[in-house]
Amino acid sequence: MSTLIWWLGKKATAIYAVLALSYMMLPIVIVIALSFNKPPGRQNTQFSEFSFDAWTNICRDPTICGAVGESIRIALIATLAATILGTMIAFALVRHHFRGRTSTNLLIFLPMATPEVVLGTSLLALFLNMAFIPLGFWTILIAHIMFTTSFVVVAVKARLAGLDPRLEQAAMDLYADERTTFRYITFPLALPGIAGAALLAFSLSFDDFIITNFNSGTTVTFPMYVWGAAQRGIPPQVNVIATIFFVGSLLLVLIAQLIGSKRVKK
Amino acid sequence: MQLFPGGSSKVFTRNNESRRSLTPYLLLLPGMAWLAIFFIIPFFSLFLTSLMAPAGESVLDGYKTAFQISNYFNAFSEYWPEFAKSLLYAASATLLALLIGYPLAYHIALRAGRWRNLMLVLIIAPFFASYLVRTYAWKTILADDSLITTALNAMHLLPQDRLLNTPIAVIAGISYNFLPFMILPLYASLERVDPRFLEASKDLYANPVRTFTKVTLPLSMPGVVSGTLLTFIPAMGDFINASLLGSTKDKMIGNVINSQFVIVRDYPQASALSFLLMSIILVIVFFYIRRAGTEDLV
Repeated sequence: MSTLIWWLGKKATAIYAVLALSYMMLPIVIVIALSFNKPPGRQNTQFSEFSFDAWTNICRDPTICGAVGESIRIALIATLAATILGTMIAFALVRHHFRGRTSTNLLIFLPMATPEVVLGTSLLALFLNMAFIPLGFWTILIAHIMFTTSFVVVAVKARLAGLDPRLEQAAMDLYADERTTFRYITFPLALPGIAGAALLAFSLSFDDFIITNFNSGTTVTFPMYVWGAAQRGIPPQVNVIATIFFVGSLLLVLIAQLIGSKRVKK
Repeated sequence: MQLFPGGSSKVFTRNNESRRSLTPYLLLLPGMAWLAIFFIIPFFSLFLTSLMAPAGESVLDGYKTAFQISNYFNAFSEYWPEFAKSLLYAASATLLALLIGYPLAYHIALRAGRWRNLMLVLIIAPFFASYLVRTYAWKTILADDSLITTALNAMHLLPQDRLLNTPIAVIAGISYNFLPFMILPLYASLERVDPRFLEASKDLYANPVRTFTKVTLPLSMPGVVSGTLLTFIPAMGDFINASLLGSTKDKMIGNVINSQFVIVRDYPQASALSFLLMSIILVIVFFYIRRAGTEDLV
């Protein structure tokens, strides 16, 4: 008995960690489980009957798939733009000394520390005052590039700061010029960080509801569709799409982790 | 001018140096311009809009530029209960997230060993499950006939005999959704704690509780401050949890701003509310950071 108590005490934080992580996974497990549900009415909150219906008929309501397509289009362009803009800023911050570094850091930090309602409404106020930009695809895109860039900067900066500067010095000692060093040493080393940042930007953009809701006009993204459907009850197809997206991004993260750890071992 | 810290920058010629000093600005320009135009200028737009007056008799006539400060007084006097509720819900959710997140961050940073990376992936995993859909899943967890509601009701712990459509559900939803924002900074600061400090404390005959309160906790304070801010700030503006999990009486200020902008289209009123929300958050953050005495947050 006393050994049991001793063991429990020693493992207390581990037991807690498992419980807390299960709590964090619980809603996700429910989302996945309900994608295999055949709800009797519109509300898909109680499990009633196992079925592959939603999985085989994802586009039964074509507006769902239209909305997903819209979200993917926006997220792809926003990710490309934010990754380029953010990576450039990160390189400037980590690899160069210049005047105005503190204000640059502040300007990067502020969008992440501003509530989304405020970001969304102030952009809407701008678009309303400049009546020549109609709300829709382009305004959503502008907003998404704006709020994801900061996250890209932070992610790429973290990777660059963790690189050993001696690798670049070694290249330059071997008479590589600045451009060659960047092309063959710095950029390949930073690439996993840039890829991670792009994945982060994509999922932030794909998932954004609050900012999008203010600036979307009549354009319907996937979260906008879910919000509209939530009042009457969301169909299981929404759970299917959430599940696909969740499993897909998790796989990408795990693959990236595996590649990363293999590189370290070499 | 140094390209790499501690590097051999002296070998470069002067000519090269003046060219290089322009490089960072060229790298910064496009991104910074984007943020200036679509992040900074919109604040001025928001402020301008918040002072506008109706251009005609009906909402459809639109608004004209004015200096109607009364918009702010009207907004606050009409919606102060929603501000108060937002403050209460966000603060409770932040505290709850800190209590749930700290021991987990502690375990991952100091005890998890080879499980550390897997656990970190699990911490960020909720980000990949759609925010709206995973919040909607809480309807299942907190439903009237769910396991947890029945259990708590059996112990007569629920003031309204239910969880769904009560403030408790809203707070639970917010603290769940922003938990990773709490855990990651906590983990980052706990991971930097030198284990030798903990051993030293033990060698000096401090018991585990004393070691925690005198060594671990003070060293992790930067993480506590940034984690609570990263949870509290988005929580103050959130309206998804209140909409999906709360009743109509549990509306937060975000709900009001959303409906005023998108449905009622009273732009001056909505802008004033949004500007007030930001000001209130800035004041709270300012005093909080001053009390916590941490400057290196970024």
